[in-house]
Amino acid sequence: MANVIKLRKGLDVNLKGHANLETFQPEVTDTYALVPDDFYGMKPKVVVKEGDAVKAGEALFVDKQHPEVKFVSPVSGTVAMVERGDRRKVLSVRVKADGKQTCVTFDAKQVKDAKTAVAFLCESGLFGFFRQRPYDVVANPEDAPKAIFVSAFNSMPLAQDFEYVLKGQEAEFQAGLSLLAKIAKVNLGVSKKQTSKALTEAKDVNVNVFDGPAPAGNVGVQINHIDPINKGEVVWTLGAEEVIFIGRLVQNGKVDFTRTIAVAGSEIKEPKYAKAIVGQAVAPLLKGQTDASKSLRIISGNPMVGTKIAADGFLGAHATELTVIPEGDDVWEMLGWIAPRFKEFSTSRSYFSWLRPKKTEYTFDARIKGGERHIIMSGEYDKVFPMDIYAGYLIKAIISGDIDRQEALGIYEVAPEDFAIAEFVDSSKLELQRIVREGLDILRKENA
Amino acid sequence: MNALRKYFDKIKPNFEEGGKLHAFRSLYDGFDTFAFVPNTTAGRIGTHIHDAIDSKRIMSLVVIALMPALLFGMYNVGYQNALAAGQLENATFWGMFFYGFLAVLPKLIVSYVVGLGIEFTVAQWKGEEIHEGFLVSGIIIPMIVPVNTPLWILAIAVAFAVIFAKEIFGGTGMNIFNVALITRAFLFFSYPTSMTGDDTVWISQDTILGLGYAVPDTFTAATPLGELAAGAGVSSCICSQIYGFIPGSIGETSVIAIALGALLLLFTGVASWKTMLSVFVGGALTAMLFDSTLAPENLAAHIPWYQHLVLGGFCFGAVFMATDPVTSARTEGGKWIYGFLIGFVAITVRVLNPGYPEGMMLAILLMNAFAPLIDYCFVSRNISRRAKRAKI
Repeated sequence: MANVIKLRKGLDVNLKGHANLETFQPEVTDTYALVPDDFYGMKPKVVVKEGDAVKAGEALFVDKQHPEVKFVSPVSGTVAMVERGDRRKVLSVRVKADGKQTCVTFDAKQVKDAKTAVAFLCESGLFGFFRQRPYDVVANPEDAPKAIFVSAFNSMPLAQDFEYVLKGQEAEFQAGLSLLAKIAKVNLGVSKKQTSKALTEAKDVNVNVFDGPAPAGNVGVQINHIDPINKGEVVWTLGAEEVIFIGRLVQNGKVDFTRTIAVAGSEIKEPKYAKAIVGQAVAPLLKGQTDASKSLRIISGNPMVGTKIAADGFLGAHATELTVIPEGDDVWEMLGWIAPRFKEFSTSRSYFSWLRPKKTEYTFDARIKGGERHIIMSGEYDKVFPMDIYAGYLIKAIISGDIDRQEALGIYEVAPEDFAIAEFVDSSKLELQRIVREGLDILRKENA
Repeated sequence: MNALRKYFDKIKPNFEEGGKLHAFRSLYDGFDTFAFVPNTTAGRIGTHIHDAIDSKRIMSLVVIALMPALLFGMYNVGYQNALAAGQLENATFWGMFFYGFLAVLPKLIVSYVVGLGIEFTVAQWKGEEIHEGFLVSGIIIPMIVPVNTPLWILAIAVAFAVIFAKEIFGGTGMNIFNVALITRAFLFFSYPTSMTGDDTVWISQDTILGLGYAVPDTFTAATPLGELAAGAGVSSCICSQIYGFIPGSIGETSVIAIALGALLLLFTGVASWKTMLSVFVGGALTAMLFDSTLAPENLAAHIPWYQHLVLGGFCFGAVFMATDPVTSARTEGGKWIYGFLIGFVAITVRVLNPGYPEGMMLAILLMNAFAPLIDYCFVSRNISRRAKRAKI
């Protein structure tokens, strides 16, 4: 077994509504949408018109700067709508599925080296799932990354259990990893709790085992401990389930964006796993599972790093779970500054959750539970930030717009998601993920 | 609860933009968030769930931690008055407590009214929510001044500290110096006779609303550190110094009451144990060093090291003011150095400086100024480690 990297900093929050390890097949839907915003950092150029017939694997839009990077339809059917917002920004491209799933075929035999592998992934629409650090944006196919990082576990609350998802798809996963290994050195991050040989004994890759609380499963944390990014270097990251997408493509020559997602959260009646396709409407996944009379928050992703969507919204491209929690906008708690509030969870011992057993599951709503302040307490972020970076100082550097200092403090190594747990515990209630996102965007613009 | 909420919702429009009471928006906001946890929900992207802790809760906790010292301080004001008047055997517990309560209450009110008034105004002017920082400063200020401090002087000092030590830096979280200590420093340097002077400031000498006893004008009572500085020995025993039945600033005398607060702060993690511990370690080691090296004429150098930690504002400063997260060192390693140096400087001022009997206030303020430098060294190490790793 590979070296175990023990992480002490972090926090596991036990939320109610873990998905049971069983999978159901939801009703088939014919509404799909590919949302350009899910592929952050890319400017879309739509290459289809409403009414066009598309096959699965055919491009819907491409990256304006790198037209070879295609973003393809997950299903075959007709383009139902190109949804535009302010200043004609493309919000989504919707496809009405015909149910036949005719696919464009791709030949994996053309892959010989890194260059042909990247071209193969660009053509088939899978390259769009790669992200790069620095900046946490869609990768640039012209870069030569120093390594590719894949995390095989997600430590966030209610997140998908990848080991369960992997069952029966081990060969595809390995095929995907082998193709990645042609591009650059691949580092696979595995949790100490994971025992599947497809993970611990994966071939062509460097396996690193991590043991610790969330956010240990974040690929950014793993990069920081294995091979930290320096200025001028680029690494690529890819979701574990997306490696399976590549494996399927290599083995069958067709794109298949079927995920096994966790449908979880305190407001789901029977939380379990569901077969879902990237970009599909979420309504069938939630049918009969929620109480329509309540004010709910549906999150594409998990409650720590996810996007709030409407009940008629679509599953995000990178989402490995769909969670539903109470919105909480109808809750008024009196005298919160002094009331014992026994049901609340807190890392602070001024509440009583420390007295309750560790197994206690908490129901969280989406309230911020306080007003925004300047950073007052010291070391709050660092306790849940398992990287060799002063998180509080980096946040201050971003807020004050000091680019040199951001660089010096390691902004190239982080992504917004790495600050998720810090944002959860923050008593000053700052939107850390948004702050980091803005900081990265400004830096990217300045360095372009 | 519903009725109150409905009332708030009913009057809310008056305070919003265009409402006739818009000039009091910050006041309304303050009361609304005081009565109810705000139920704004998280944004579309980001962390959707949040820990229940917020800065109101943290500040309230510090206020609770200060209560034992404050209540004991009130009692001690009455006790010292009765003692000075020679009426201790006639005085009752509640009589002494209420006397002290009445002596301290005006200071609390002045401190809060002046300080919060400025905070509310600034919040209104900047269009922000009211920050809770002054809840703590406002209660600490009356506790670190002599009981006879005139109220008008206190009002000026509070206004000076809140405006020039806090608001011009950007409010709670941005200040460099501890606001309560700036208040005290302002009093100390601007009105020295009211702060130490001729040793008549420590004991309340008049009756209040018929309670307490009149003490002759000529009566003086020095604090133990004052006695040392004057070249006399300490007259009180170590037990009464630990219990707190000695003259001194209102809240600083009882080690036991302060220890209760310290336990709460450490248990809830609001105060850093590293800072607190290192202040005591720094003070103890410095006291031992002076004890073994200085000439016997220097009385302050030769009281036992533990007595140094018990006397004056050492405990109060170490527990409630050195640990102020905003003005102390923010890096974990920096906290050790910061705390240690506070202990070191405080004892050094006591022992080596003939002018000031007590050094805690100056020690903390000095280290407030140096905290960013200490942090700078630690952060620079991280930065240079990263720079060395890079190849270009």
